[in-house]
Amino acid sequence: MLSVEMSDGSGQVIVCEDGEIDANHFIDLRTAQVATIDHIEQVCTGVRPAADSELPSAYVEEYRAAIDTEVVRYIEEAFPRGHCSVFATNGKDSDENGGFELTVVISSAKFSPKNFCNGRWRSIWKVQLHGDLQTVDLQGNIKISAHYFEEGNVQLDTAYDCKDSSIFQGPAETASAVVGIIQHHESEYLAYLEDCYSKLSDNTFKELRRKLPVTRTLFFWGNAHQMSMNRELAREISSK
Amino acid sequence: MEAALGLMRRMPPSLSRTALSSLLLLLPDHSSELLSLVDQPLEVLWDEGCGKQFLLCDYNRDGDSHRSPWSNTYHPPLEDGVLPPAHLRDLEVEANEIFALYRDQYYEGGISSVYLWETDSPEGFAACFLIKKDGSRTGEGRRGLLEQGLWDAIHVIEVEKANDETTAHYCLTSTVMLSMKSATGFQGSFDLSGSITRQMEADLSLSEGHLSNMGRMIEDMESKLRNGLDQVYFGKTREMVFTLREPLDTLTATSATGQSIQHEVINDIVRSRT
Repeated sequence: MLSVEMSDGSGQVIVCEDGEIDANHFIDLRTAQVATIDHIEQVCTGVRPAADSELPSAYVEEYRAAIDTEVVRYIEEAFPRGHCSVFATNGKDSDENGGFELTVVISSAKFSPKNFCNGRWRSIWKVQLHGDLQTVDLQGNIKISAHYFEEGNVQLDTAYDCKDSSIFQGPAETASAVVGIIQHHESEYLAYLEDCYSKLSDNTFKELRRKLPVTRTLFFWGNAHQMSMNRELAREISSK
Repeated sequence: MEAALGLMRRMPPSLSRTALSSLLLLLPDHSSELLSLVDQPLEVLWDEGCGKQFLLCDYNRDGDSHRSPWSNTYHPPLEDGVLPPAHLRDLEVEANEIFALYRDQYYEGGISSVYLWETDSPEGFAACFLIKKDGSRTGEGRRGLLEQGLWDAIHVIEVEKANDETTAHYCLTSTVMLSMKSATGFQGSFDLSGSITRQMEADLSLSEGHLSNMGRMIEDMESKLRNGLDQVYFGKTREMVFTLREPLDTLTATSATGQSIQHEVINDIVRSRT
């Protein structure tokens, strides 16, 4: 997943599976454009307006736009360098009687190769809106990777899966509820990570190697000398 | 080669074995160089005669066989396999015994092996001290906290006797490779892995013998590496997580709200001064 500046300066397009039109074209529904991506250079080489067939129906777009606005507000506060996008991934031509699926994608990355440190956050939330059942089901998958490689090489790879649901309401209320749920779970994830890190030094790492022996003193190497002396003596005695 | 090594540095440590195999397929002409420069977790063999396991490395290998430090024989058997000279073998036996005790105290399990060999230096020699620990809950992890947990330490020491015959010069190069995957249930996974290499040199008196000197250097080095990984390396990855995503329940200087409050305060100060 990658967030790339669109060539006409109208914003960012997120290069991901859910926005893929074909291998080199990715859609951004906020600006209703399709961007051409050069994967090797990782830049956007051009944009064109999205065709009607590529856009969701007016009904679906109402919900999509409302959620998009709420997510933008959320990431402005929570992700200092984050970007987001909401895609209509299933049933995009639905009307009032049908169900449809929207996918919320949040991507944030920090690359500091000079400081030997890089990291990225990716969350993908599948939001299923069931018009007929009047329910909204959410399924989230969040991944973080971080890499620090100054005179060494250490990587963090972590993932989190969660589910939740809400009731189906008008666009604005649904958007509010959906983003509230996303925010709640992503904050929980952060707390879970904080917990893992806090246990790391004294508990988890100990499974591999203790900081000190149980005696809380360094190992007594003097025995090594003792052992050689004993061996020498034993050899001398046996040779007599 | 530079590109290959650059790639290996960036690959997730848990995939290093796959990455290395792929590179060997792509660059068959550089295979020996790649194998010597890229660290891989240690492999294990059973010495059936002694009922003990031993670790494999280049220093106890001859052809396709490896020498056990417990029985000083090759597995699979090898006629005229390289053996250390008698005086070094004696020291090797002691080294293995005492290093096993050290390993038990710090690792509460694990496998260790020490190999000695002659070098070009007339009164000197070299040694490698190896440790492998499986700390997963299916392995020797006592607290059941890790789904997967591996620690591989390789310490290579070159020893040279000084002209005065009472001290020796030791040069230690240590590499630690580790991989920890927390056992946290189905909801989340937490996977930290990596490797670091450091060097240390010292001139030490021979009053307590080579083993004490080498042992102390290794203990010191392992503590430094463990603490370094813990505080610096793991700490940096933690820092990155919180740089990517603000906690939200507490006000921080880097959040949008925090920043706007800071600007307001600064503007107020400036205004009150003019």
